Amino acid sequence: MSAAIDSSSADAAGSDALEPKQRSRAWAKFRRNPSALLGGALVIFFILVALLAPFLPIPGPAETDWSAVRKGPTAAHPFGTDEIGRDVLSRMVWGAQASLLAGVVSVLIAVLIGVPLGILAGYLKGWTDAVISRVTEALLAAPFLIMAIALAAFLGPSLTNAMIAIGISAMPIFIRLARGQTLLVLTEDYVESAWAIGVGHMGLIWRYILPNIFPPILVQATLTIATAIIAEASLSFLGLGQQPPAPSWGSMLNTAKNFLEQAPWMALYPGMAIFLVVLGFNLLGDGLRDALDPRES
Amino acid sequence: MLTFLARRILIAIPTIILISIFVFGLQNLLPGDPILVMAGEERDPQVIEALREKYRLNDPIPIQYFAWAGNALQGDLGISLRTQQPVLELIGEKLPVTIQLAVMALIIAMVIGIPAGVISAYKKGTWIDWVANVIALSGLSVPNFWLGIMLILLVSVQLGWLPASGYQPLAEDPLQSIRTMLMPAFVLGTALAATLMRHTRSAMLTVLQSDYVRTARAKGLKEQTVLTTHALRNALVPVVTVTTLLFGELLAGAVLTEQIFTIPGFGKLVVDAVFNRDYAVVQGIILCTGVAFIAMNILADATYRVLNPRMTST
Repeated sequence: MSAAIDSSSADAAGSDALEPKQRSRAWAKFRRNPSALLGGALVIFFILVALLAPFLPIPGPAETDWSAVRKGPTAAHPFGTDEIGRDVLSRMVWGAQASLLAGVVSVLIAVLIGVPLGILAGYLKGWTDAVISRVTEALLAAPFLIMAIALAAFLGPSLTNAMIAIGISAMPIFIRLARGQTLLVLTEDYVESAWAIGVGHMGLIWRYILPNIFPPILVQATLTIATAIIAEASLSFLGLGQQPPAPSWGSMLNTAKNFLEQAPWMALYPGMAIFLVVLGFNLLGDGLRDALDPRES
Repeated sequence: MLTFLARRILIAIPTIILISIFVFGLQNLLPGDPILVMAGEERDPQVIEALREKYRLNDPIPIQYFAWAGNALQGDLGISLRTQQPVLELIGEKLPVTIQLAVMALIIAMVIGIPAGVISAYKKGTWIDWVANVIALSGLSVPNFWLGIMLILLVSVQLGWLPASGYQPLAEDPLQSIRTMLMPAFVLGTALAATLMRHTRSAMLTVLQSDYVRTARAKGLKEQTVLTTHALRNALVPVVTVTTLLFGELLAGAVLTEQIFTIPGFGKLVVDAVFNRDYAVVQGIILCTGVAFIAMNILADATYRVLNPRMTST
């Protein structure tokens, strides 16, 4: 009987019972924040562009028009053409796929490896924590981009390897965050109640720790997607990411820098696209942080 | 302070060992045999065997690691395949160029970021705060290599005000050196200014709500005195720490900035090493940056303790 009472109180104190109320409050706060809405709109716009690329009435990204080499914006080519007569708008639309894919997949790699390791370190403490924390510190010691460049160089230049390199480089942030949040959650009363009624290790992690550390992880993931998109563009700009002729905003800028005087539009639009999508994720991340932070009124 | 420094250095040793293991392990990520890459296209069996002996690749991996780490401890990070120079010498040659770029970028970042953060915090909730925040977030979102390209287009190609590329050593012609570095430093400083602005704003908001600021105002002090003497001085403590920690961002940013403006610094060395498969240089660079980053962390903690005597442990 006592176990049954304790169990229900632990559930009530835990995240499960409070979640819908918290969620609607967070959503209401998010809706009142114009910057967050603008960020969300920018992100949705670029996701739609990337998904709808095959259905849009634009030339293929590799289609060349030799009669329109390095031509400025016209009705036929609203963003102009590149050095071999390819439509810049089309390459940007298809390039959105590479950028968003790289952003999301690399952050997924970082989250899927980093969060379990962080929870493990915070939950088990002792030697496990010491080892994981020291490895994290060692990984954090190399600057993010230098680490990604080195990994991409050793793995070989390709979009997949760039995503792996960015994912590994971003992982330490999630280990550290998940560890800190786990240590915080473990001090809560509802975790002690759950312990007292005999909830096992996996149950505790799955039902109490994971849902409670989710909001800060979500905020960090959104902000890291922004960093990862810039990192992918940087790697592609250096020739270590998406390989030609496949379109990518970073590699388009790499080519464009050789034709700055003759065709400035080749550099203008892909850079604007990177800026807008990154700004979108940054605004969205900031908005989510404000909405999910209980201290913000 | 000495005990604190000694403790921090002791704690850093395992991290440095782990970095060295990671750096050493990188060469095992290489697809295929690294010696075949080093031996060039001719792949003379004798050369291959000599290289294997030289790099002790016939030994078990732990022995290889200890031999490599032992050499690294004595400052021998190997020889660059491209220039045949010792890696440490190569890094030492390029570093002053990047340090000049980094210092100029940091000055630009501080000149823009700190006042913007103070004004934004003081005018919290007004349109000034909103505009400052939007500009800061834009600064964080703009890819610096694109900003560099756009500035070259505007300032060098269209207006012809500053050179688009090149490097002049500071000792040879200081004025020309600053002129050539101005645009790259601005590009590198923009994102840092945004970071500094956000940290200054946040620190100022906390300080402006504190009792001593309220007391200073109650005493009838001028608002400017309250802001500069009482609030900013205390708000700058965490900002100084953050500035020290921006070292990593500066180096990473320098990689792309130096590439765009063809500056022969540390960042360009990284990219050239990567493209020439000069793996000893890449390994040396990561090891040196890692150790330097840890040193900067210790410096940041020490600065924080000096500036904030209430801190007993960090």
